[in-house]
Amino acid sequence: MLAFILLFPLVGALLLMIFRHMPRALAGVIGVGSVTLAAVMVAVVDVCWLFHSQGAGWSQTLWTWMADTMPLIGGKGASFFIPFVLRLDGLSLTMVSVITGVGALIHLFAAWYMLEDRKANPGYLFTRFFACMNLFVFAMLLLVLGGNMLVMFFGWEGVGVCSYLLIGYYHRDAMKTWAAFKAFIMTRLGDIFLAVAMFMIFCALGTLDMGEIPLRAAEVWHKHDVMVEVIALLILGGAVGKSAQLPLQTWLADAMAGPTPVSALIHAATMVTAGVYLIARLHGLYLLAPFALNMVGVVGAVTLVMAGFIALAQRDIKRILAYSTMSQLGYMFVALGCGAWRAALFHLMTHAFFKALLFLASGSVIVACHHEQDITQMGGLAKRLRLPWASFMIGGASLAALPVVTAGFYSKDAILWQSFASGHYGLWAAGLVGAFLTGLYTARLIILVFYGRPAHSSHPVEVPSGWMHHFPLVCLCILATGIGALIHPPVEKVLPAVILQSWPEAVELLHMVVASCVGLAGIGVALLLFSGERRLIKAVVRTRPGRAVWTFLSHACGFDALYDRLFVRSFLFITLPHCPQWFKDWLAKWRGGALAWPHRGHRADWIDLAMDFLPAVTRLGSRTLSRTQNGLLRHYAVFFLAGAACILLILTLG
Amino acid sequence: MLLLWLLIIPFIGGLLCWCAERLGPAIPRFIALITTSLVFCVSILLFVRGHYHLQTIGDYPRWAMAVTLPWVPRLGITFSLAVDGLSLLMVGLTGFVGVFAVLCSWREVTQRVGFFHLNLMWIIGAVCGVFLAVDLFLFFSFWEVMLVPMFFLIALWGHDSPYKTRVQAATKFFIYTQASGLLMLLAILGLVYVHYTQTHEITFNYMQLWGTEMSPALSMILMLGFFVAFAVKLPVVPLHGWLPDAHGQAPTAGSVDLAGILIKTAAYGLLRFALPLFPAASAQFAPIAMIFGVVSIYYGAIIAFSQTDIKRLVACSSISHMGFGLVGIYAGSHLALQGVVVMMVAHAFSAAGLFIVCGQIYERTHTRDMRQMSGLFGRVGSMSGYSLILLMASCGVPGTGNFVGEFMILFGSFSEAPWIVICAAGGLLFSAIYSLIILQRIYFGKPVSNAPLRRLSPREGGMLLLLVMLLFLVGLYPHTVMELSSQPMAEVSHWFSHTRVMP
Repeated sequence: MLAFILLFPLVGALLLMIFRHMPRALAGVIGVGSVTLAAVMVAVVDVCWLFHSQGAGWSQTLWTWMADTMPLIGGKGASFFIPFVLRLDGLSLTMVSVITGVGALIHLFAAWYMLEDRKANPGYLFTRFFACMNLFVFAMLLLVLGGNMLVMFFGWEGVGVCSYLLIGYYHRDAMKTWAAFKAFIMTRLGDIFLAVAMFMIFCALGTLDMGEIPLRAAEVWHKHDVMVEVIALLILGGAVGKSAQLPLQTWLADAMAGPTPVSALIHAATMVTAGVYLIARLHGLYLLAPFALNMVGVVGAVTLVMAGFIALAQRDIKRILAYSTMSQLGYMFVALGCGAWRAALFHLMTHAFFKALLFLASGSVIVACHHEQDITQMGGLAKRLRLPWASFMIGGASLAALPVVTAGFYSKDAILWQSFASGHYGLWAAGLVGAFLTGLYTARLIILVFYGRPAHSSHPVEVPSGWMHHFPLVCLCILATGIGALIHPPVEKVLPAVILQSWPEAVELLHMVVASCVGLAGIGVALLLFSGERRLIKAVVRTRPGRAVWTFLSHACGFDALYDRLFVRSFLFITLPHCPQWFKDWLAKWRGGALAWPHRGHRADWIDLAMDFLPAVTRLGSRTLSRTQNGLLRHYAVFFLAGAACILLILTLG
Repeated sequence: MLLLWLLIIPFIGGLLCWCAERLGPAIPRFIALITTSLVFCVSILLFVRGHYHLQTIGDYPRWAMAVTLPWVPRLGITFSLAVDGLSLLMVGLTGFVGVFAVLCSWREVTQRVGFFHLNLMWIIGAVCGVFLAVDLFLFFSFWEVMLVPMFFLIALWGHDSPYKTRVQAATKFFIYTQASGLLMLLAILGLVYVHYTQTHEITFNYMQLWGTEMSPALSMILMLGFFVAFAVKLPVVPLHGWLPDAHGQAPTAGSVDLAGILIKTAAYGLLRFALPLFPAASAQFAPIAMIFGVVSIYYGAIIAFSQTDIKRLVACSSISHMGFGLVGIYAGSHLALQGVVVMMVAHAFSAAGLFIVCGQIYERTHTRDMRQMSGLFGRVGSMSGYSLILLMASCGVPGTGNFVGEFMILFGSFSEAPWIVICAAGGLLFSAIYSLIILQRIYFGKPVSNAPLRRLSPREGGMLLLLVMLLFLVGLYPHTVMELSSQPMAEVSHWFSHTRVMP
């Protein structure tokens, strides 16, 4: 049963890869159909779950992946046994439903988008896009269904590869493929932390099974044990890589180089939430490691505030949404850091709805504006693009947590209240600042895109049409409202409840009002600053400090530049052949001479270059000695006499 | 007798190829194809006839089949061959990679076709000999015989590059391996002499030299003699200089053989001779060897990144991969050793595949300089897809055999040497960098021209498809490989760890 959910996208991907030149309509049917079938299957499972409610869930072992019967030398008699096991419980069911449900809608939209996109970017294979998308869905499902860490890691790396391929979908544009490269390498760095965590877990506990890890961990380690803290921090390292949190966040904004449905599916709704899923899944370890758990919250808080500020100073519509994603993921990390696992999962779900909606709507805006992504070049689109406008209003309201009517309000309020009530006031304050910023940048985005004067009228706006465009947007619009918040993830039996201090009901209500006021204040300030002629903001930016702040924020707080100096350039320095001037001079002096160095085909291989010293010396010796063999009788006579004299001298002295 | 056939078939087949040259260029190719297929079939036959599953671990290796003929009785040299799971696996791999070497040079080689295939067959025969010999002198002979045809392959059918001729590269290869082979000969003679002083019996037999008592210092020196020879071949970093040059200048078939099987003989030698004959010295040396392994991982990855010649890049990546192998071998736990075997098999497939792709790219673009080719994606049909999968295998993405191998090595070594493993795991980042840089430089970016290039022929596509499928098979179901090597690896691990506990 479980395997079939996985099988549909996999078969779809394989079909699309093998028959690359199939008609476009067929490719669309296979690509969308496979994920839709998986979604239907998941819906059936959901219904079964509702009526039977299999508490702890069930698992299915497909085959034994790796097994080694001999016990490890130092491994306390544990043997390495990794079955390829899938496991379904409330947590993975939530994730699977989001992935296939939202995924199917995005696939449908993508079928429309990619057909439109062909007009602007001809010559890219249609099947390749859907093959990678289906493969991504397969890998993502494997990630959340994996019953042990290595199977999970399979999916974890698989989504990284698919993300790489899809960001670099426009492979003739070198900038876009470099963005893909960056995304892969940065997440890979996180993956290595995760891998080391797996080695340590296996070494200490002798198991990698998701269910057994927390049980054994509680036996082996006591709370605050250094070992478990280190492991939890390493897992956090993996999670920040995938979920684009500080300090591995810089890839996400560049990842927007991919087609817009890719950003909606991978970089908003599913893959980037893998880190949140991982920490929630292994919450048993984090409960033993309070310091690491605290760090989860701190990382989330810093990221959410920082990303909120950066989003204010971006002009590219997709980059604004990317930073907003980063910021919302920060909320989820804050929730995890407070131990509010359920709230994190809840926000993950609602965020998938409204952020997918926003990305898809931005996709249709981008297509309508002939692939213009700069929001200062848009404006006044509200009247002409009704459905994208409505989607943006609903999605944006949900993102800014407009009270009562939106899904985002309920999940964000849960996080804020639980962080406050569990006594994490610092995280709570960061959350409030973030809420203000969210309102601010969301309102700015909508005002600049949809209101005001059209920036240029040379290109008439093309109004999107077709049910493949409308249906996903309408569905997601509904889910992004309060109706979406009625869906409660069935995670009660998997994730423990957060421990709250007892506050009176009135305080909770008051908090709700305050929090929503902060969000509304953000929107209000945005209305003041960005509507109309924007005189104030223009004046501020014109001043020297204003300009400095703008530059700093629009360059994402300088992280890219910092990493470029620290890592990229130093790596290039050691890999590319730089040699000091004196060495070049020295080489030039000897070039052509006896000690001629072989031409440097070695490219930075200094050891091999040093090894070439031996043949060079040999050659020198050979030349020197062969010079004596010159056929001149005079020289031979001189050498003979000199040699004889030496021998006589030695004999007489000795 | 089957074991003898493994040697006779390639040597006779090679001579036939040479003789058949006058009948036209196609005949030697078919003879060579049949010969290598026969080698592969014989190894399958060996697999069917023998028992390779895990049994009790004794003091001696448990051979599935052995044959001994007298050779030089006065010096105690015998012509003895034996096979266990590990050697069977390696011999099977030799036959398999041999088939690919013949197939990939089908159109590349047009000069002296018969002599080319003679060399190719003799390499395969000699490598089979290395994997089967259990007499140290016989082993050494095959070890040296292996070099000569390889030398000719590079020197006669290789490519010249602006800064290095093929003869220079071949000479460099020959001198490196020959000089280190001499050290091994000295070590073998030393071991025989020590054994002679104790028992007054001259013998080169592996089983009889087993467990010779000697002082720790002497055993360390003898062990290092073996180690250096194998380290040159593996290659381990300070001794790796020949590899990029040899690969860069060799014809495709030569590179496929070199990466697919020749460098595997070194890992095999470590597992068969260096560790079991000198367990105590090896255990003492293990931390240093593992550090060499980590250095190889990083150094190989870094110089791989800086190459502009695509074949040299792939060659340097083997240095990095073999570094993982060295770490696993000297960690000595059963899991790590099994990982080494899986990695060797997977690397043979992935490296052979990548070299075949390099050859195919060269046939189409007539250059191997990555700066002169960009935007091949979409111009070469399914080749870009295959190379993508092969490169993902090379950076160890799950699902491919390389992932299983590398992670089993790392899991198996972690309890022995946590810091080494953490450093080695960092190498995975660099392997991703050099693998993706190939995609970045040659497949992505603006196309040099829009003229479509020749698509893959069924022969070329079939080769890559088979390799890719095998990589996935090893990656998803590695049991077939692991069961075969379980017994010999259990033995090595047992002797190695046994001595480690004693001091």
